[in-house]
Amino acid sequence: MNDSIKSISDLRKLRQALKKSRDGNKSCITICAGTGCQATGASEVVEKFKQEINDRHLEEKIEVRASGCHGFCERGPLAVIRPQMICYMNVETTDVSQITTDTLLKGTIIDRLLYQSPLTNEKIIHEQDIPFYKFQQRIVFGSNGEIDPTRIDDYIAIGGYQGLEKVLSEMAPEQVIDTIKKSGLRGRGGGGFSTGIKWESCRKAKGKEKFVICNADEGDPGAYMDRSLLEGNPHSIIEGMLIGAYAIGSEEGYVYVRNEYPLAVSNLSHAIDQAKGYGLLGKNILGSGLTFTLKINRGGGAFVCGESTALMASLEGKVGEPRAKYIHTVEHGLWDQPSTLNNVETWANVPIIINKGVDWYTSIGTPGSKGTKIFSLVGKINHTGLVEVPMGITLRQIVYDIGGGIPDGKRFKAIQTGGPSGGCIPESLLDLPVDFDRLQEAGSMMGSGGMIVMDEDNCMVDMARYFVQFLQEESCGKCTPCREGLQQMGEILNRICEGNGKEGDIKLLQDLSRVMTDTSLCGLGLTAPNPVLSTLRYFKDEYEAHIQSKNCPAKFCNGLISLSIDPEKCTGCGACVRVCPVEAIAGEKKKSHQLDGDKCMKCRACYEACQFEAIIIQ
Amino acid sequence: MPVDLEAVCEIVEKHGYQRASLIGILQDIQGKMNYLPRKALVQVAKSLDIPITSIYEVATFYKAFSLEPKGKHTIQVCLGTACHVRGGARIFDYLENRLEVKSGGTTKDLAFTLESVNCLGACALGPMMVIDKKYYGKINTNKIEPILKKYQ
Repeated sequence: MNDSIKSISDLRKLRQALKKSRDGNKSCITICAGTGCQATGASEVVEKFKQEINDRHLEEKIEVRASGCHGFCERGPLAVIRPQMICYMNVETTDVSQITTDTLLKGTIIDRLLYQSPLTNEKIIHEQDIPFYKFQQRIVFGSNGEIDPTRIDDYIAIGGYQGLEKVLSEMAPEQVIDTIKKSGLRGRGGGGFSTGIKWESCRKAKGKEKFVICNADEGDPGAYMDRSLLEGNPHSIIEGMLIGAYAIGSEEGYVYVRNEYPLAVSNLSHAIDQAKGYGLLGKNILGSGLTFTLKINRGGGAFVCGESTALMASLEGKVGEPRAKYIHTVEHGLWDQPSTLNNVETWANVPIIINKGVDWYTSIGTPGSKGTKIFSLVGKINHTGLVEVPMGITLRQIVYDIGGGIPDGKRFKAIQTGGPSGGCIPESLLDLPVDFDRLQEAGSMMGSGGMIVMDEDNCMVDMARYFVQFLQEESCGKCTPCREGLQQMGEILNRICEGNGKEGDIKLLQDLSRVMTDTSLCGLGLTAPNPVLSTLRYFKDEYEAHIQSKNCPAKFCNGLISLSIDPEKCTGCGACVRVCPVEAIAGEKKKSHQLDGDKCMKCRACYEACQFEAIIIQ
Repeated sequence: MPVDLEAVCEIVEKHGYQRASLIGILQDIQGKMNYLPRKALVQVAKSLDIPITSIYEVATFYKAFSLEPKGKHTIQVCLGTACHVRGGARIFDYLENRLEVKSGGTTKDLAFTLESVNCLGACALGPMMVIDKKYYGKINTNKIEPILKKYQ
């Protein structure tokens, strides 16, 4: 691609031409090819459609588009037919021929591929009417379904790079910063710091060069919003960073992507090449005099590198050890120069704010938290996926209206937000509006957007133990409170979960928490006690049951449960014997079997294999 | 075992002899050689003119790097929060037991390396297991044997 766009009017002309060529009436089938759907065979579905259209010579009538993530990951592979917006779920290669003949050519709906409401059994045809989508406000994420992320022309056709045009032709850098400040945009990576103020401080700072950085390290387990944005709409981040670079006076940018995201790296890399080809990256962009280059750096597999100073150390080729935050990175950041680091989702919001204006943006959300937030709604929930909601929506609406409630008729227990830095919110607070400040008051935080739903079978002490163990492994080791504090917390929680909890353990956990919160060097250590403190706040009875009665109410902790076989239900079929990895079950054929508790490793393979509910966990 | 030092030098050159690109250099070496051989690291230190301890510090800090040869097939079990609440830890324990390795370890016959991963971003399919980039979702302990057989 070597047709460099030399001016803003050339870009406008190109956009007009592309819009025209995107025939709104031509049938287009968009198949989600994000990592989640690829794991269920979406690539094969895309290939089959392409082959089918080719074989039947239908290229003039039907377009096949592989897009990024649509969000409804539970029901992938997903296919949406435009212009009608017919939404098909769990599409397999064996459905391709029928979809082509019936729906794409004749417009007939295939019932069995539609979403069916679990409450009313009603089948729903159009994407926007499906409850999962209906209650969302997908101002950022919605574009994923409209483009092929490997085609810059798609992005331009839907209005991409219009924000950049506006900024370069009508706005001085200070005006851009003012707009972002007035929009109330707060960092979407978890910190929630005012993006506009950050940019302003960086613009004012003195340095021989300035950097803009995109934090795509997304380390919170269970969160994959940034991954899906990068895979599905990489140009939105490039445009955001271009606008930011113009505002603060930077000519060099980095996107730090975690190692485990190969498709995101590949799509972003491709997008950067295409942008370069069009002259949207490089020197004298659109004839404005702006120079900006963008590079991708891959992480090495370290959660702590999501912390801004550790990330910058990693960009410099060093180990990801954070440093004290009283040295502001907006003044002394990468290579000791003024640097603006923002999260993927924050950057993606920037072009939208520029295009649609402050009044529109501030009409969404709460006084303290404007705009929307993308969450990964996962765990014990019917509709697992990525959801974008206006700030101020309640947790109950997210879990039940969008998420479809808890599977298998189980009871909701808690929802974890903010990852390892956050906390668990119990059922009594389900009507809490989701907003930076309200979540913090409840003992949690917004975080990067992971929302893990737990039910009655999950143990809250185990959840605390899980996060502490995770952080123990990820701690860089530099400061004593974090390094030693997490180790001690881990030992105490392991003991409690194994049935060796002691009187005084809870107080010890609270004391350790205080020291870590007050004296840790960076955010990892400082917020590490949050999962422990929040579970103690709302689920102290579970801790007490583990410690005093040596009982795990959820029957989750292996150290406190034992498995046995109910002789009245066991038919002696031997299914459990075959799957037991430690040969703990024995018995004669067609006669009730016995389970040796000493050998049992509590993997529950037998419980999962038994068709007669004969395995008892107590 | 002979190490292709020429390939190492080419990689360092490709990255412009920049110390800042150390992580990228090590990633490329591991991508080519399946692990980071000691001799390769010594060569990197020479080419970049920095102490071997600085290389060792980085190579041991980041989880992506392995200083030991990895197995023919890498099994990654997701231990992200969503998979954890769906029982991911039990899958991992089962595999540790079955393959007689600890996390990050390689079986004696070098067939499998077992690793844990914190979130593959396929939470709808949890618990997740990936073998050589092939995703296996909604895993339970019963499904593991037939899958492992495919790789033996």
